[in-house]
Amino acid sequence: MPKHLYTVALCLAVGQLPATGVATELTRGAMLANSCAGCHGTDGHSPGAIPSIGGKSSAFIETAMKEFRSGERHGTVMGRHARAYTDEEIRLIAEFFGGEAQ
Amino acid sequence: MSRYTRRELLRLLGRAGTASMLGAMGLPLVGCGGKDESMGEAGEAAGGRQTALNRPRVVIVGGGFGGTSCAKYLRRYVKDVEILLVEPRQTYHTCPFSNTVLAGMNPIDFIAHDYDTLRSAHGVEVIHQRVGEIDPVAKAASLDDGRTLGYDYLVLAPGIDMRWDAIEGYDQAAAEAMPHAWQAGDQTRLLRAQLEAMDDGGTVIIAPPNNPFRCPPGPYERASLIAHYLKQHKPKSKILILDAKEKFSKQGLFMQGWEALYPGMIEWVKGSDWGGMGRVDAGQKTIYSMFDKAFKGDVVNLIPPQQAGEIALRTGLANDDGWCPVDQRSFESSMHKDLFVIGDASVAGQMPKSGFAANSQGKVCAAAIAARLLEVDLPEPSYVNTCYSLVGPDYGISVAAVYRMQEGQIKSVEDSGGVSPTEADAEFRRDEARYAEGWYQSITSDMFG
Repeated sequence: MPKHLYTVALCLAVGQLPATGVATELTRGAMLANSCAGCHGTDGHSPGAIPSIGGKSSAFIETAMKEFRSGERHGTVMGRHARAYTDEEIRLIAEFFGGEAQ
Repeated sequence: MSRYTRRELLRLLGRAGTASMLGAMGLPLVGCGGKDESMGEAGEAAGGRQTALNRPRVVIVGGGFGGTSCAKYLRRYVKDVEILLVEPRQTYHTCPFSNTVLAGMNPIDFIAHDYDTLRSAHGVEVIHQRVGEIDPVAKAASLDDGRTLGYDYLVLAPGIDMRWDAIEGYDQAAAEAMPHAWQAGDQTRLLRAQLEAMDDGGTVIIAPPNNPFRCPPGPYERASLIAHYLKQHKPKSKILILDAKEKFSKQGLFMQGWEALYPGMIEWVKGSDWGGMGRVDAGQKTIYSMFDKAFKGDVVNLIPPQQAGEIALRTGLANDDGWCPVDQRSFESSMHKDLFVIGDASVAGQMPKSGFAANSQGKVCAAAIAARLLEVDLPEPSYVNTCYSLVGPDYGISVAAVYRMQEGQIKSVEDSGGVSPTEADAEFRRDEARYAEGWYQSITSDMFG
């Protein structure tokens, strides 16, 4: 029996299921993107004046980050942040928040 | 029986839901169990409980920026773990935005938060108790109510405590006359009341400590927003900053803002110009320099030198300077394994002691613990800090940095980060003030929501 089925069977056997909800995968993308939540809110959903990024498309986020980095796009603090990230890191961040949209 | 043997057994048996089987096999199960059981009075102190479901347990001590973030993000990574957050206060007042309370811009409720959502939405068991002792060898923490919590991993997020022995004449009683207001709540109320009671034409002294201390730009934002209050209500008053330091965070931007908004109202004096802190006479609201020169204020806000929260010191986690060295990739203590220290209490490379930094560190620490629980490698961490300061209600400035592990230390990424531009226009400053409040709403919802 595959390990996860075995686990489920055991949980059922003792009459208790693990906490519900889907776990965030422990990836480099999550490590990068979670640090954005300090300003943009959990999963990029901002309750206040800072723009939400959760639910935006990956392509939009990737383009915006690269434009902040090059200075093409006006921002207050985002240019200073974006300059720290490589193309690959920007892609991972964009995928994480873009994935939220689905 | 060692825990490792038990863990190995659990792996053999398929990780979850095996406690009853182990129990049936007559194996002792110390410090693990379902959450109902953990809250019951049936004694873990008595040692050994056998419960229906064996889940690993993480105990987090301290419900501020680091502790709450760690709890919430650990839950996001791992569903099948018991997370206990131990925090004596039912209501937490944030230091960020407490300066707006001092200035009368917001009521104190604005900075008050509770733990209801962490409980109801994220399955975090919040225990409003003080931790007595932590035994890193037995891996157990005792609470003031007599319970003992066994743990697989323990995270200490105790913030700061004041070094009451650092300044002659400045003890806890003196802090009632000359508040530090560097832990928010009652001290914030006290300083606000003193500012309100002061006559027009009075002098407010702010005395910040040497580095490192909590929130490096905080004293200067405080001077700014107190000036904002005084300008409206007591315009003949003055603010005198008697600094221990020779320079301070975002200095150019602050001084530019003071000149623009409060010309002549704020005087900053560097340590070598006034002689530095000698002693205080709290009853007389007077600070004496090293050369015994007296500075008397009508309101004195003395921010003393600080150290890691006392539980970290008592547990033997601090170095000679009073801060806790850690593996900066995981925040595991350099002193004890399976014990982590995050936030202001930790030595975190180039990261400042800030609420934002603690939030970022809490997430990295959560990932490090998740990696161990899930038995996977920890991906390369990334850390961020952004500190907004309000010079006035419509005048914000910021400093930002992204950090990576470089040569065993958290260091900011080259050619990135930095402070707001000096030459920015009024609209830029207004946007940053708006974002400062937006940041506060985002980070507090990231912690408590």
